[in-house]
Amino acid sequence: MGIFSKIMQLSRRKSPWVYVLNAGSCNGCDIEIGACLSPRYDLEQIGALRQGSPKHADILLITGPLTLRSAEAVRSIYAQIPEPKAVVAVGSCPATGNVFAGSPTVEDGVLHAIPVDVFVPGCPPRPQAILAGVLEAARLLAEGKTRTGAKLKESPHGN
Amino acid sequence: MATNFFWQGLLAYFIWPGLLCAALLGWLFLWLARKLIARMQRRFGPPFYQPFFDFVKLLGKRSLVPAGMSPVLYYGLPLVAVISIGLALALLPLPGNGMRPFAGDLILVLYLMEMPAFCDILAGFASRSIYGQVGSSREAALMLGYSLPFLASVIALAIKAGSFRLEDVIAQPFGLVHVLAIIAFVLAVPARLKSNPFSIPNAEQEIVAGAHVEYNGPALALFELAHGLELVAVSLLFGLLFVPVLHNPLAALAAYLAAALVLVVVTSLVAAATARLQIHRAFRFYWTWGAVAALACIVVAVL
Repeated sequence: MGIFSKIMQLSRRKSPWVYVLNAGSCNGCDIEIGACLSPRYDLEQIGALRQGSPKHADILLITGPLTLRSAEAVRSIYAQIPEPKAVVAVGSCPATGNVFAGSPTVEDGVLHAIPVDVFVPGCPPRPQAILAGVLEAARLLAEGKTRTGAKLKESPHGN
Repeated sequence: MATNFFWQGLLAYFIWPGLLCAALLGWLFLWLARKLIARMQRRFGPPFYQPFFDFVKLLGKRSLVPAGMSPVLYYGLPLVAVISIGLALALLPLPGNGMRPFAGDLILVLYLMEMPAFCDILAGFASRSIYGQVGSSREAALMLGYSLPFLASVIALAIKAGSFRLEDVIAQPFGLVHVLAIIAFVLAVPARLKSNPFSIPNAEQEIVAGAHVEYNGPALALFELAHGLELVAVSLLFGLLFVPVLHNPLAALAAYLAAALVLVVVTSLVAAATARLQIHRAFRFYWTWGAVAALACIVVAVL
């Protein structure tokens, strides 16, 4: 491996910019992500910055069980993040639907809308766990092992 | 002789004080600003290599050109910004710069230093994003504001020296006009660098990322690089204009860098201590206090 690809790998690991997306979450996980960015846990110390535009981001932090109304926006925003990109599902909702599972208004998690790379379980997870999730996603980005373009789960609602 | 001049020009443009050294210095200054703000917010802050890794990572991302925007404009604007700020840096008569000064180089430097802001404005309008357009119009309005004290402070020194040759302007003895020009210059710097009380064009909580909202990958990397180079150009120009002449080149270089560092630290302190102004308040600030400072230094220079 050449020196240039080594430097590129290192930069991808050291500079994971995140975009936070709420897909119908109760806000519990979003508050924990806020705590993660605040002085006590300081996401910037690992080089992460919160970006307002998905086009500037490397990592999508997604919360919530994916309500039917947010599904199209989630797909569109995921498509707008330039590759290489990773997805961190924060909390139990994006993984399984959590307490909302079986509801006619949610899609029981984001797994059939976008490919998730790292799960951070918890309701809500601790900021340390979110920090560890972002670090893990950054490692996957550096090694090129993200699941971008992977086959998705079938939707419970058929869309 | 002609070939010698050619090589010296290339050296000045690409190595010192042009792209290579200025980029390293710019990354150092950008890191310093981020670290200082983080420390003042009781955060740990990023490690010192952060801006370099951000730049390399952005270079390695796939680019998405927004629909309806010509790729020539999309890649051309950040490229023009970097090229022109690099030229401005190459013209600065720092110790070790082989470029020969010529009459009116100060005007050329000022013009080239406006180019990154100009490219930002065009990029925002061309990107067909509503946030980009709002960011561009804010930046254009702010430019009308900060240009008044910024240009007045430099022009006052040029009037005093009776010449628009950067070497003559630098060589004059320190006087009252310098003190007033420093005030006008420092007033203009936060808005020039879009840092906090005047971070109106790229207000991330209101208009996402301003003019850069549709930019990504290598094009965004070039815009970030242009911003770093602009930071170096403004702070080194500050050092050149306001540090009294030293005849030892090493001591002069150290003094210029120290002055540049002081400017970056002061700007970061102001950025951490203040909240964002509304655009009309920023404009009023520059056309009252900025105008007073501008008038004072021009009047003292003419008298």
